[in-house]
Amino acid sequence: MTRYIGKRLLLMIPTLLGAAVFVFLLMRLIPGDVCELRLAGEGAYADEKAIQLCREQAGLTKSLPRQFLDWIWGMVRGDFGVSMWTGRPIIYEIGLRFQLSLQVAIMATMTAILLAIPLGTLSAINQDTWIDYGVRAFSIAGLAMPSFWLGILIILALLIGTQALWGTPWMPPIQYTPIWEDPVANLSQLVWPALATGYRYSAVAARMTRSALLEVLQEDYIRTARAKGLVEHLIINRHALKNALLPVVTVIGIEFAFLIGGLVVTEQVFNLNGLGKLFVESVGNHDYTLTQSLVMLVALVFIMTNFIIDLIYAWIDPRIRYR
Amino acid sequence: MAKLLEVQDLRTQFHTPSGTVHAVDGMSYDVEKGETVAIVGESGCGKSVSALSILRLLPVPSGRIVSGAIRFLGQDLLALGNEDMRAVRGRQIAMVFQEPMTSLNPVLTIGLQLTETMVQHLAISRAESAKRAVAYLQMVGIPEPEQRLKQYPHHLSGGMRQRVMIAMALCCEPTLIIADEPTTALDVTIQAQILELMKGLSQRLGVALILITHNLGVVARYADRVNVMYAGKIIEQGKARDVYRHPRHPYTLGLLRSVPRLDQPRRRQLESIPGQPPDLTRLPNGCAFVPRCGFKVERCALEVPDLVHAANGHGSACWEQERLDKPRGTG
Ligand SMILES: Nc1ncnc2c1ncn2[C@@H]1O[C@H](COP(=O)(O)OP(=O)(O)OP(=O)(O)O)[C@@H](O)[C@H]1O
Ligand SMILES: [Mg+2]
Repeated sequence: MTRYIGKRLLLMIPTLLGAAVFVFLLMRLIPGDVCELRLAGEGAYADEKAIQLCREQAGLTKSLPRQFLDWIWGMVRGDFGVSMWTGRPIIYEIGLRFQLSLQVAIMATMTAILLAIPLGTLSAINQDTWIDYGVRAFSIAGLAMPSFWLGILIILALLIGTQALWGTPWMPPIQYTPIWEDPVANLSQLVWPALATGYRYSAVAARMTRSALLEVLQEDYIRTARAKGLVEHLIINRHALKNALLPVVTVIGIEFAFLIGGLVVTEQVFNLNGLGKLFVESVGNHDYTLTQSLVMLVALVFIMTNFIIDLIYAWIDPRIRYR
Repeated sequence: MAKLLEVQDLRTQFHTPSGTVHAVDGMSYDVEKGETVAIVGESGCGKSVSALSILRLLPVPSGRIVSGAIRFLGQDLLALGNEDMRAVRGRQIAMVFQEPMTSLNPVLTIGLQLTETMVQHLAISRAESAKRAVAYLQMVGIPEPEQRLKQYPHHLSGGMRQRVMIAMALCCEPTLIIADEPTTALDVTIQAQILELMKGLSQRLGVALILITHNLGVVARYADRVNVMYAGKIIEQGKARDVYRHPRHPYTLGLLRSVPRLDQPRRRQLESIPGQPPDLTRLPNGCAFVPRCGFKVERCALEVPDLVHAANGHGSACWEQERLDKPRGTG
């Protein structure tokens, strides 16, 4: 097993390298660069010399292979460089935002799991009853409703609700506080976006749980469990769910990785400074270094998530053995 | 004294888009304590459905027992509440299924799957049940039973898995085990081992056995009594040796002629019964075997013959049974 883990970690290197080449070239295919944008953006007078100087400072005048190797070598040494737009270290730009996005993603995933597995199970074991219809309506609504819109509804409900209750409206804080500094402030800000995205996410997972469970319930070993006279909750929880969870784990994992960098609009609605927003800004600014680092980060999250999914698979299903 | 099991005029149907399948269509038989009763018939004649009906394990919502009674020690199982029925399953009536490869849960250990039945029914601790599990694995001839408890089904061969299933069926000391073609999926050499094992254990422990098979050779060797099924009905029943020596139904005769026998000259050709079993959604008015029968007369296509019993309990549902009733092996 340790050998397998080592092998998987080694295999990450070519994947990450591929992502690096791809984003490096792609960024440079977009017309214009950060210096033009900063000095001559919005129709200002562009002093050719100033632009040239800026490019030299940003290292854009070196040959492409040289730029690429410098960047990779920097990352290998743990130096991610500075943002071309703000001039601040990339670690600093990404740090807090990554924390925030990671926390929202984890909380949304937990919401999704806590909603999806019980609901999907209820729906499957009460197939074609009003409980099943209710759960399915709930998940269809989740799929049909964009998270940002649910976000807006949540904010409105908070405003109106607190106004009615206490006489003064209350809004979630806008300033991000890390959870270990002030958990109450932190959670009162991040619970809402986590709920808004978690709901949609749970809809996908609940449907998956339902269909996987319905399939597993037809298996011979479930009939064996019934023939043994086991009580129903053991048949469902011990015999059926463990088998049904495999596809659900995949769905949840992929969705989780997506949430880390993909929550642009929801972050906007809740006024969060997360990775999604940073991503859009950095591409818009032609901030090569920042965008590149962000892509590498998201790629790493995807790879790690896949890796963890595989480990969970092996843990659930003893037939899977990795070598 | 009440019989161990009495099945009376059992009718089980499936409602499907293409019509109602009369899978079991008026079946009556009984099982005494400790005896082995066989149910024989071609594929699709309703053997498994009749077995699942006894434990009320039919697939919902399509399968339904529409009429009849199933009395176990005098108590009608069809009248039991769900919770009472659950307490019968595994505890008093256990089942061994046809497919050892898929009948054990792939993600749970052998040990858990064995002990959970005992923990459920016998109110004993996990440790106690683990000890018993080892004893039963030993009894069914599984080497190194302690190690097996930690293993998963995929570590075992088909024959070994079927032994685990048998240990699982035995471990709560039931009075009846229903074995639905327990060896069909196994190699021929393993088949005999498993059947010997079941027969030996049922005799030793005094457990009655319903042995479902499509092989009359198995019946002759292991069963005390036999019920021959065709298209959802029992068409012949009696002591195994009577049915074997003096079949009183053309279908049974056909089945016997398709089994190789040691007491017949080697050069005798094996025969198979021509034709196909009928569509269970559209049963004919008369005897269902008519299209394939070599003994048919006009009456056969018009009226369904009832099962008529002779003094020795040997029964046949055939209008022409007298014509068949001559000793075999002379013709
Ligand atoms: N779930 C179901 N839905 C509809 N029809 C079914 C269902 N299960 C069984 N049947 C039908 O009931 C009839 C009897 O099936 P059963 O499984 O009892 O046959 P069998 O005698 O056990 O055959 P085999 O030797 O192949 O196991 C068959 O015609 C089959 O098509
Ligand atoms: Mg069958």
